[in-house]
Amino acid sequence: MSLYRKILKERWAYLFLLLPLLLFAVFNMLPMAATILLGFADYFPGGQPVWTGLENYAYALSDDLFWKALGITTLYTCGVVPASLLISLFLAYVIFGLKYAWAQAIFKSAFYLPVVTSGAILSLVWLWLFNPARGLLNYALSFVGAGPFMWTSDPQMALPSLMFMAIMGGHGAAIVLLTAAMGGIPSSYYEAARLDGAGPWRQYWKITLPLLRPTLLYLLVTSTIASFQVFTQVLMMTGGGPDYATTTLVYLIYTDAFEYFDFGKAAAEATLLSLSLAGIAVVQYKWLASDVEY
Amino acid sequence: MFRYVSHILLVLFAALTLMPLYWIVTTAFQTPSVVLAFPPSLVPSPASWINFARLFNGSEILTWMSNSLVVTGTVTLSNVLLGTLAGYTLAKKVFPGRLTIFWTVISLMFIPSQLTIIPLYALIVKLDWINTYKALIVPALIMPFSIFLMKQFLQTLPTELIEAARMDGCGEWGVFQRVILPLAKPGMAVLGIFTFMGVWNDFLWPLIVINRSSMMTLQIGLNSLQNQFYTDYGLLMAGAAVSALPMIIVFLVFQPYFVRSITIGAVKG
Repeated sequence: MSLYRKILKERWAYLFLLLPLLLFAVFNMLPMAATILLGFADYFPGGQPVWTGLENYAYALSDDLFWKALGITTLYTCGVVPASLLISLFLAYVIFGLKYAWAQAIFKSAFYLPVVTSGAILSLVWLWLFNPARGLLNYALSFVGAGPFMWTSDPQMALPSLMFMAIMGGHGAAIVLLTAAMGGIPSSYYEAARLDGAGPWRQYWKITLPLLRPTLLYLLVTSTIASFQVFTQVLMMTGGGPDYATTTLVYLIYTDAFEYFDFGKAAAEATLLSLSLAGIAVVQYKWLASDVEY
Repeated sequence: MFRYVSHILLVLFAALTLMPLYWIVTTAFQTPSVVLAFPPSLVPSPASWINFARLFNGSEILTWMSNSLVVTGTVTLSNVLLGTLAGYTLAKKVFPGRLTIFWTVISLMFIPSQLTIIPLYALIVKLDWINTYKALIVPALIMPFSIFLMKQFLQTLPTELIEAARMDGCGEWGVFQRVILPLAKPGMAVLGIFTFMGVWNDFLWPLIVINRSSMMTLQIGLNSLQNQFYTDYGLLMAGAAVSALPMIIVFLVFQPYFVRSITIGAVKG
């Protein structure tokens, strides 16, 4: 059967895929190609693009603010992701060990509630908690003789404050995934280990943790990518300040594009961000997945 | 010993995690003079609806909520339908180009939104869609993840069912409507929840394409509320409470599907 006949015979398949593919072409692929092209041009909305070669990249890479934003984003990610993973691992272990199913369900829901609450809502309430004069945090800390802290308005503390907020936020999704994966480990493994005289700590270290590796890898990659794109809290709580102390990469792209309308520079930065994200994901997979089997 | 310490830590951590939500409700029900007092009162006494009255009179929060409902509802419905149709096609049909299309969908899934929003914004301006529902809805009518998820879900269905229906004289659309759609319902529910939450909580895109208050979604409405009422925490927390409520209700009602949406999303392709 010729290719033409095959295509004609399965015309319904193409019909069923037509609308999604058209929408992807217009709203995903073309804009993506345009961003990459814009990175090599000077373009302000309403004007004509002027090709400038690598000028935007040279400008972005020689801009102190870009490197500062990259450093801030990296620091944020390196602080938030490992801490969140360790906390989730601990909480998942304790919840999984609870005797009653209803108790497990209640705790999973409790940790999931902040996950369904939007970043905008959490930003509002954390600004109130962080309020230097009347906020709950400074009040609580006054009992142990600490503070008062300026939290988000102190250049030294603004970024750690945002990190603290992220670490205190929902570990719900990670906990659900980890407990599901722990439920998939055959209990015979643990019985055999017990017969060999392994205590709970040794069982965890030698059986649970190694078998959780694919799940942990997935969580590491997705949460790193999410942290690297932190935006809502920055816009609503600090506006990138004080003194650029919380200007993350996505916030920098946002201001370059939609406050200064320098689309060329912002496109170059967005391309660099995407390349970094892809690079991070590849490195993490290579580094951790070498002996993981799916 | 470790058991007791770990249980105490679990309860403590759960309390700390829920504390911001508790604080939203507490502050929202306090009178402005109690909110201003220091040390803060840890319970909303005397409880009062005054912040909510001020919120509904002083802002367009009900408009924002109905905007969010219209946009999120349309996008969710469209993603569930188109995702199921395309997912079924990629899972069960054999045709030239199938793998190319599938891998295109997969790679689009990993494109960060920052890589598309700048030209997308220019396109929306050119179409004169700024401050319209169209700007919020049309680019999101179908998302790559929706197709991926439904493909993964429908792949496990036995192909014999489809062949049997065809023997019985079902046309292509009949097979989809009578065989696939009923069987796809659990997957569609999971996808629906997942899309609803993502679109409802979306922040960056509406922030860029909407600047008229009457067209705002809830999330960016809250941002404008914050800019307008800066330190009026009683009113802001009332806004936060009203905004959090729909999503929390959806979560409590559809809880089993939430759990499945997380685990299915993590399945490797």
